[in-house]
Amino acid sequence: MRTITYRQALNEALDEEMARDPRVFLFGEDIAIYGGAYGVTAGLWQKYGDERVIDTPISENAIVGTALGAALTGLRPVAEIMYIDFIGLCMDQLNNQVAKIRYMFGGKCTVPLVIRTEGGAGRTLGAHHSQSLESWLIHIPGIKVVMPSTPYDAKGLLKSSIRDDNPIVFIEHKMLYNTKGEVPEEEYLVPIGVADVKKEGKDVTIVTYSRMVLFSLEAAKILEKEGISVEVIDLRTLLPIDIETVVKSVKKTNRVIIVEEDCKTGGTGAEIGMQIIENAFDYLDAPIVRVAGADVPMPKSPVLEKLAIPDVERICKTVKEMLK
Amino acid sequence: MEITKELAIKLLKQMMEIRQFEDMIMELLAKNIAEGGSHLYAGMEAVAVGAISVINPDDYITSTHRGHGHAIAKDGDLKALMAEILGKKTGVCKGKGGSLHLADLSKGNLGANGIVGGGLGIATGAGLSIKLQKQNKVVLCFFGDGATNNGIFFECLNMASLWKLPVIYICENNKYAMSVSVERSHAVKDITKKALAFDIPSENVDGQDVLAVREVVSKWVNHAREGNGPSFIVANTYRYYGHSRSDPRVYRTREEEKFWRERDPIIIFGNKMKEMGILNEEEINQIEEEVKKEIEEAVDFAIKSPYPEPEELYTDLYV
Ligand SMILES: Cc1ncc(C[n+]2csc(CCOP(=O)(O)OP(=O)(O)O)c2C)c(N)n1
Ligand SMILES: [Mg+2]
Repeated sequence: MRTITYRQALNEALDEEMARDPRVFLFGEDIAIYGGAYGVTAGLWQKYGDERVIDTPISENAIVGTALGAALTGLRPVAEIMYIDFIGLCMDQLNNQVAKIRYMFGGKCTVPLVIRTEGGAGRTLGAHHSQSLESWLIHIPGIKVVMPSTPYDAKGLLKSSIRDDNPIVFIEHKMLYNTKGEVPEEEYLVPIGVADVKKEGKDVTIVTYSRMVLFSLEAAKILEKEGISVEVIDLRTLLPIDIETVVKSVKKTNRVIIVEEDCKTGGTGAEIGMQIIENAFDYLDAPIVRVAGADVPMPKSPVLEKLAIPDVERICKTVKEMLK
Repeated sequence: MEITKELAIKLLKQMMEIRQFEDMIMELLAKNIAEGGSHLYAGMEAVAVGAISVINPDDYITSTHRGHGHAIAKDGDLKALMAEILGKKTGVCKGKGGSLHLADLSKGNLGANGIVGGGLGIATGAGLSIKLQKQNKVVLCFFGDGATNNGIFFECLNMASLWKLPVIYICENNKYAMSVSVERSHAVKDITKKALAFDIPSENVDGQDVLAVREVVSKWVNHAREGNGPSFIVANTYRYYGHSRSDPRVYRTREEEKFWRERDPIIIFGNKMKEMGILNEEEINQIEEEVKKEIEEAVDFAIKSPYPEPEELYTDLYV
C-alpha cells in the first residue's frame, strides 16, 4: 500500500469531500494561498476558488459563529482554528451556540459543522502555541471530539466528520503532520466513536490518543523485548469515548495505564479512568495510573518542554512499576 | 522636534540593534541553534524605536508576537533577551517564555504575546490603573493590522474612550496578517477610521521615518498626560522577512518587497543625519561596528548559558 503523511491524508480528505459535496467549504485564517499554518489545505484554494476556501480576518469568535450560521442554513462548513490555544477566543460560540442549539431548539435542526484545529507540544513554541485543551471540550455535551494519531485514521475520520450531522471538533497534532503511514488509494471511512487496538498484548493496557499513541507503541516495542506484553488502545474519539473496547481489554489484562499529553488535573485521563472504574472495577488488579502532562503552562525552554509531557522512558518505567 | 547628536546616536543605535538582532536570530534558526518560531521585526524598527523614545522609563508598553523590537527599544538587555529566545536560564523570563513572551516588568514592558490582540486588554487595564492611581504615566499599546479585526480591539477602544484612559494605541500596519493582506481582510482599508466609532482621535504616520513617528507619538503622549484620553496611530510599515521561517511569501511580490527595502528606516535616518550634519559616515559605521560586537556578545552569552534546571518546571506557577 502507498505511504503518505498525516498532512497529505488530511488534505485528501478535504479534497475528496469538497469534490463529493458542493455544500462543503473551508473557512479560516491563512488557509487559501498560504495553505494553512501547517499546510493542510495546500492547493485547495487553487482548485476550488475563493468561494469554497475562504480566508477570514483574525476573528476566531466570528469564525465559529458564522460557520454555525452557515451550517444551520444549508451548508457544511469546515472551519479552521489555527492553534487550539486560540479556542478560548471562540469558546462562547462553541459552547453556548454550536453545542447547544440543536438540543435547545428541541432537535429541530442539525449542525453539520467541523472545526479543525491543532494542538500539542514539541516545537518549543511556548505557552500560547503548545497546549492540549481537549479536556475542556469533552465537558461540552452536544459536540464530538476527534483526535486521530495516524494518517489512515486522520483521513477516514475527517471524511466521517464532514459527513456527520453533528458539530465536531477535530484536533490534529502539530508533531504528527510529517509522520507517514499506509493509506489506501480507494475511498474508506473510519467511524467516529470507535477506538482502535493499535497493538495487542496481555499484561497491561495502555489507553491513549493522538501523539501519545506513537510514544506508547514505541514503549510497547521496547517492553516486548523485556518480555512484557502491552496492549495499546487508541481512543481516536474522546467524545464519546468507546468504553466498550477499553473494558474488553481491561478484562484481559486487568491493568490500565492512561497516557495523555494534557495537564493531569481535570484532564482527559480522569474521565477515562472513571469510566473504567464504573464499568470494569472488578476486573482491575491494580489502581489505574496516569502518565500525563505536568500541571503547568508549557515552558519555552526545550529541556523543560520535554519534561512537561510524557516520554517513552516514563511510559516504560510506569509499566514496569505496575507489573512489579 | 529638536534632534541632538546624542539622541541621533541613540535612535540609530537602537534601530541597528534590532536589525542585527533579528538577522542573527534568522541565522540561529537556520543553524537550529534557536528552536521553534520567531516573528522578526526587521524593517519595522522605526516604529518601536521612534515611539518608545518619547516616553519615560516608568511608562508602560504592551507588545506583540513580533516583540523583539519593542523589548529592545524599551531598554531591554540584549543578552537576557537573546538567552530567553534560546530558552536559557539566564533569559529575561528564565527561559520559560521564549520569543513570543518576552517581558521585562522592571522596565515597563508588560510583555509580548502569543495571542494576536492579547496585549490590548493588558494595555487598557494598565491605563485604567494609571488613572485610578492618579499617576502621570502613559501606555503605548502595540499591535498589528490583523489584530484590529479581533473583538478585543473594539471592546478595549470603547472602554478606553469612555473612561479617557491614557493609552496610545499604535497599529503597526505592515500590510499583511500572515498571508492575508489588509485589502483582503478589512472592510475599511484606512485603519485609522476604526477609531472614529469610538470618538478616538487617530492618524496615519510614515512608519519608516523614525522622526515622524516621534513627532506624532509625542503629540498624543502629551494629549494623554494632560488627561484627554486615548489616541490611535497607524504606523505604515513593512516586515522584511516572511511571517515565520518557513514562509515562502507567495502572497506578496518581490517588487513590493524591493519597494519597501528602498524605504529602509535605518538608511533613511542615517542619510538624514548626514544631510543635517549631525552624524558623518564614519560615525555611522562606528555605531554599526559597536552594535555588531554587542550582538556577538549577546549570542555568545546566550549560547554559553545553561538551560534551566528540571526543578524549574514547577516554580513560578503560584506565589
Ligand atoms: C488570536 C490569534 N489568532 C491567530 C494567531 C496566529 N497568528 C499569529 S501572528 C498572525 C498574524 C498577525 O497579523 P498582524 O496583527 O497584522 O501582525 P504582524 O504579524 O503582521 O506583525 C496570526 C494570524 C494568533 N497568534 N492569535
Ligand atoms: Mg500585519
